[in-house]
Amino acid sequence: MGKFWSLVFLLVPVLGVAIFAVSPWYDHWLPRDISQHGHTIDHLFYFILWLTGAVFVVTEVALFWFLWRYDGKPGAPVKFVHGSHSLEIVWTILPAATLLFIAIYQMNAWANSKIRNPAAGPDGIYGTADDMRPMLEVTARQFEWRLRYPGLKAEGKLGDADDIFVVNDLHVPVNEEILLELKSADVLHSFFLPNARVKQDAVPGMKIPVWFRCTQTGSYDLVCAELCGWGHYKMKGRLTVESREEFDKWLAEKWKEQEATQDPQVAEGDVE
Amino acid sequence: MSTITVGSHAHDDSHGHAHAGSFLTTYVFSKDHKVIGIQFLFSTLIWFLIGGLLALGIRWQLAYPWSDMPVIGKMLFSSEGGQISPEFYTVLFTMHATVMIFFVIIPILAGAFGNFLIPLMIGADDMAFPTLNMLSYWFMWPAFICVGASFFVEGGAAKAGWTSYPPLSLTDLNGQTLWLMGITFVGVSSMMGSINYMTTIIQMRAPCMTMFRLPMTIWAMFITAVLQAFALPVLTAAGFMQLTDRVLGTGFFIPDGWSANNSPMAGGGGQPLLWQHLFWFYSHPAVYIMILPAMGMVSDIIACFARKPLFGYKPMVYSIAGIAGLGFIVWGHHMFVSGMNPWLGMTFMVSTMMIALPSAIKTFNWLGTVWGGNIQFTTAMLFALSFVSMFIIGGLSGIFMAATPVDIFIHDTYFIVAHFHYVLFSGTAMAVFGAIYFWYPKMFGRLMNERWGKVHFLLTFLFLNGTFFTMHILGVVGFPRRLADPYHYATFHHLRPMNVFMTWCAIGMVATQVIFAANFILSLFFGPKASRNPWHCNGLEWQAPSPPGHGNFDFQPVIYRGPYEYGSPEVDTDYYPQTQPPPQTESPQKAGESPAVQPAGH
Repeated sequence: MGKFWSLVFLLVPVLGVAIFAVSPWYDHWLPRDISQHGHTIDHLFYFILWLTGAVFVVTEVALFWFLWRYDGKPGAPVKFVHGSHSLEIVWTILPAATLLFIAIYQMNAWANSKIRNPAAGPDGIYGTADDMRPMLEVTARQFEWRLRYPGLKAEGKLGDADDIFVVNDLHVPVNEEILLELKSADVLHSFFLPNARVKQDAVPGMKIPVWFRCTQTGSYDLVCAELCGWGHYKMKGRLTVESREEFDKWLAEKWKEQEATQDPQVAEGDVE
Repeated sequence: MSTITVGSHAHDDSHGHAHAGSFLTTYVFSKDHKVIGIQFLFSTLIWFLIGGLLALGIRWQLAYPWSDMPVIGKMLFSSEGGQISPEFYTVLFTMHATVMIFFVIIPILAGAFGNFLIPLMIGADDMAFPTLNMLSYWFMWPAFICVGASFFVEGGAAKAGWTSYPPLSLTDLNGQTLWLMGITFVGVSSMMGSINYMTTIIQMRAPCMTMFRLPMTIWAMFITAVLQAFALPVLTAAGFMQLTDRVLGTGFFIPDGWSANNSPMAGGGGQPLLWQHLFWFYSHPAVYIMILPAMGMVSDIIACFARKPLFGYKPMVYSIAGIAGLGFIVWGHHMFVSGMNPWLGMTFMVSTMMIALPSAIKTFNWLGTVWGGNIQFTTAMLFALSFVSMFIIGGLSGIFMAATPVDIFIHDTYFIVAHFHYVLFSGTAMAVFGAIYFWYPKMFGRLMNERWGKVHFLLTFLFLNGTFFTMHILGVVGFPRRLADPYHYATFHHLRPMNVFMTWCAIGMVATQVIFAANFILSLFFGPKASRNPWHCNGLEWQAPSPPGHGNFDFQPVIYRGPYEYGSPEVDTDYYPQTQPPPQTESPQKAGESPAVQPAGH
């Protein structure tokens, strides 16, 4: 029976690799990357996938082989060894060096995604509200995304009477650095753009800067990724990436709609 | 290190016999560590079933959202027309995690196996503080009642996730208050246990049982107890802070000017992220509380059935200690995208990468143990080997999440769900099954059925991989966790067939446990009677009668060597019990006979 059980354990690397190899063909894989920094994240993902995949196959096949080879016979002699100092050193140093390498290798990508705020000054570590010129403000609340764009009149400043308010319909111009300020009106939420490889929790009482640059036009999902109550699943937004002209046109239309239906002062008070 | 003397042992024995009286003190309010361990085992196995059924509710919703649950739907959710409501879905995943973590994994490892095995494996007659030990079990009951009752209070059980992040957890009704009280009682119980385990392991080892002759199970239990003693107070304090935020109007976790559901909220000036720091300061070490004892038990089982010494005993001990030490400085990796200062993310990323190292060392040493052995594929061995095989997956997938930029994408997706199920179910729960098959004869004096044990193993092994391996793929697509209906997003719309497959695997996995339950219960009455040492194992517990009476040993154990001298050329048998005197000084004694007490050596 030992051989049978060895083969059961061999199923793990065989099927494991097969599932990962087949999935991309059925579109069960990373969603299309539309952002500039996304390919760095994807590259890192593939790098770790290949590395861990190799370790996975080697260790699982070794386990299979030892089970197959040393399938017990009553009274068979065993290797009476208690360990190996040199082996311990090898399999301590090698993984340690590899892990340290991964740690250092990815620091730059992390810094670009979360630390190097494009609007901050040269010393700006974690852009404060003053030195930021957010392109829009996103306020998450149960269970919708409230977006606030600076109006067309006052040179793109937020907090004016001409701010434009949109719900769940996030539009951004393509090939431009987007800097938004993320807030929450009630509980924790998480601003997740799967295609742009962006995720940031929204925390009540905090204004958190988020930045990304989309390189492809189209319409994509905006997902809430942090449990925010019973309606968490339906807190669904839409990301539309379009050319600058289309974006300006859309914004102007929204402004017209807003003017026609409500007094902006009231809307502002509502969001605050 | 002090060890107990023969004289005090005899005294304890007579003291013990005075207890063996009424039914109530023998089986209910017992101070015997073995009875308490078995009480923990039965309680946690019942909660294991409840937790598994809650998981099936989650799986049903993900496979067939908003559809009637066949047969049991009308019974369970008649008020909602046999369907799972979005609100009940949040209850399901919150309570599934709460039950599995606080009522199953932690108490079955530390409470059941820790209690049963520690005195037996170190050669003591009982725990250092038997009354405290009894209380540690009975303090679980208020927790059981709080959490059980919370399903029936207005607003239902807790539904803010097992992590209970404020401010959402502050908006819940009474269920959350009961949840916090339940967790506090579990904490008190664990604290009593951990103090007891540390004292017992340090103070009550048999003569010549030095620290480096302890089996890995005991080392793991010892370090787990240390982790609990240092980490738990933080969770208890945080739980109290959230409780006062809820009922007394304080504002530890409430920011200024905050309101939800259009109601003004008292307090203010607090910070929601504070809870996350405090919670994970406990709950990350708790992750290791949930796996280290399993690693220890697996090491013992593998060495026994490979009939070969454990490879690299001391590196194994040091790596457990390393995991425990590093475990205190990695909690921030749960918070990479939480709004915590991203510079902190950088440091937590480095420490998290480094904690993969001791786990890797352990894996290589398990492989080294199997290499060159004489492997006996018993049910216990199969479960222990599957722990190694599955832990490789759970360990490697952790590296993806430790890599902060990748974590931006996979955080809170099914990739993390896959990761912790590989560690906690495929790892710890499989190790627990192995440990049950392995130590069952010592607990109950009878053997479980091996044939059905192997059927149980094979089906569980296949179904669990069908359920959990596919979760990695969902995570790669970005499929978020805790969504009642993810399919209305275009990105995830095509993932439903895979979820249907996973759900049927999960149903198969739960159904398979019927085989285990039947085997467990029937073997209590009809299993073949076990000898003292049915597996020909070296450990001290196998020298005691099966099951051991009150006071454990019918002789004074004296220890001559470590527990892993399998296949030693010094003796003819392929095992060499820790209590067997070496042949050159005395004639070899058969297991179970009282060896002469050697006063020299302590």
